[in-house]
Amino acid sequence: MRKASGILKFLKRNAAGYMFLAPWLVGFLVLTLYPMAYSLWLGFTNYNFTKPDATQFIGFGNYLKMFGPLFGLSEFTASTGEVMRVDPYYLKSLSVTFTYVFVSVPLKLTFALAVAMLMNQKLRGVGFYRAVYYIPTLLGGSVAIAVLWRKLFEKDGLVNLFLGMLGFTNLPGWITNPKYALWTLVLLTVWQFGSSMIIFLAGLKQIPQEYYEAAAVDGANKVRQFFSITIPLLSPVILFNLVMQMIGAFQAFTQAYIIGGGRGGVLNSTLFYTLHLYIQGWAYRELGYASAMAWVLLLVIGVLTAIVLRTSNLWVSYGTGE
Amino acid sequence: MERGNNVKTNIVVRHTLTHLFIIALGIVMVYPVLWMIVSSFKPNTMIFSDPGLIPKAVTLENYVTGWKGYAGTTFGRFFLNSLFMCAVAIIGNLISCTMAAYAFARLKFVGRGLWFAVMMTTLMLPGHVTLVPRYIMFNTFGWVGTYLPILVPKFLATDAFFVFLLVQFIRSLPKELDEAATIDGCSPLGVFLRIIVPLASPALVTTALFTFLWTWDDFFNHLLYLTKPETFSVSRALRTFIGDAGAVSNWGGALAMSTLSMIPAFILFFSLQKYFVQGITTTGLKG
Repeated sequence: MRKASGILKFLKRNAAGYMFLAPWLVGFLVLTLYPMAYSLWLGFTNYNFTKPDATQFIGFGNYLKMFGPLFGLSEFTASTGEVMRVDPYYLKSLSVTFTYVFVSVPLKLTFALAVAMLMNQKLRGVGFYRAVYYIPTLLGGSVAIAVLWRKLFEKDGLVNLFLGMLGFTNLPGWITNPKYALWTLVLLTVWQFGSSMIIFLAGLKQIPQEYYEAAAVDGANKVRQFFSITIPLLSPVILFNLVMQMIGAFQAFTQAYIIGGGRGGVLNSTLFYTLHLYIQGWAYRELGYASAMAWVLLLVIGVLTAIVLRTSNLWVSYGTGE
Repeated sequence: MERGNNVKTNIVVRHTLTHLFIIALGIVMVYPVLWMIVSSFKPNTMIFSDPGLIPKAVTLENYVTGWKGYAGTTFGRFFLNSLFMCAVAIIGNLISCTMAAYAFARLKFVGRGLWFAVMMTTLMLPGHVTLVPRYIMFNTFGWVGTYLPILVPKFLATDAFFVFLLVQFIRSLPKELDEAATIDGCSPLGVFLRIIVPLASPALVTTALFTFLWTWDDFFNHLLYLTKPETFSVSRALRTFIGDAGAVSNWGGALAMSTLSMIPAFILFFSLQKYFVQGITTTGLKG
């Protein structure tokens, strides 16, 4: 009797919380946890969407398909006895993505910080300027802008028209030239620095003006002030922006898809990781392989985020308190 | 006296130069967008040759040809589809994310800390690890080709960003209010509906705003799940202007429809600017 009322009490105390949590909890279990477990398993199979009944467990076959070329393999025998060919484009997509992330993210953050500092002055109309600078971010992720970007960087596009006016001749088609195509995507990403700028601006406003005044009295010039006051005090914000932008950049898809017309561009020069995953999974229907690719992406992002966070105590300072 | 004047002039000069620099850079920044809008009114043949912002001839031809759309479905339909998806997504996110946020921020229950940590982890999780099983699952349900795979998750608070945003906001509300209401006999549901929801309305506006923009701009999910032209969203339909190898036959139409597709974002941004700033600074919303 007593036990039963204890259970009732327990239920009563927790019922409201779980009632309100229910939609999220169902979503987490059905749309996140279960799919994660399932895709981990699929990554070890040769699941093909057109013939799911023929699915077999192939061990690390999918992973060897990705990284086999590193060991000079072109084909190998899976645990099922089936001969599998390695994926000749996987490593290319990995290197394209790494290049994109490691170039575009630091550039974007540098630019965002520079503009934020420019805005962090007692100027009239800063609100308006901030809005104007945010416009590319507002629109940048859309298909519309990707379509526009294709037009801007074509051989007879707007960019070449301007460069032509400045006297340049023999200009390439930036999108169709494998040497430059990725850089147009980097530029498109850097162009959308608005969110980072607004976060930096909020961080800059938190730095007490007295610090700069005191430093100026002590004879520190602007450069010195920047490295001794702004950067250390802003470092938590920089870390936050760095992690978020990095995670986002690894998953970039739309722009590469549109600019490459659904493919990886000339010589796969813009074959982003997620684009390759999409092509493998939905053009070739190799959903087992796509799942394995997704898990490698998760690992790459996880490891890099961990490295950034681990090394952050070397350069991030939290407050001036001891 | 003279020295004071000099300092003043110096400041004026410096500020003027800063203004000029910011304006010049700003023009470079938005030039592509302005050029796109202007070019959408130029005759198709002039788009290629005219880098300026003042069109030598104005025509609505691009809007007429672009509006025709794809496979017999016009952009009118695509816009309605997109608006419909946005409206349902907003309702779903507002209900489910606010409920979860209220539970995390205010209610006491066993496992709250654990679930909160789990929710924060999903914030960082790349969606690709759940992509394939979700697709297989939705396909088994017969949902591929409908809006359900895109809209049902919104009612299950899968956008952890908004849960986090709302948790932060609800935590900042004075606790005395709901304590007083509880003493007066208000149930958790009553506190939620009468106190939390009205007070959290700024954060709700931010949630609705970004839900709209992300659903409107989403392309990947629309590419996967919207397979029939009559269900296409605007972003999915814009893709049809670009051929498989990247060739574009109707640039004018593409630019015209792209321009139209950006109007909602513009209107929302300029009328609700402070909610943008709030949303970005509290959660670092992606972009």
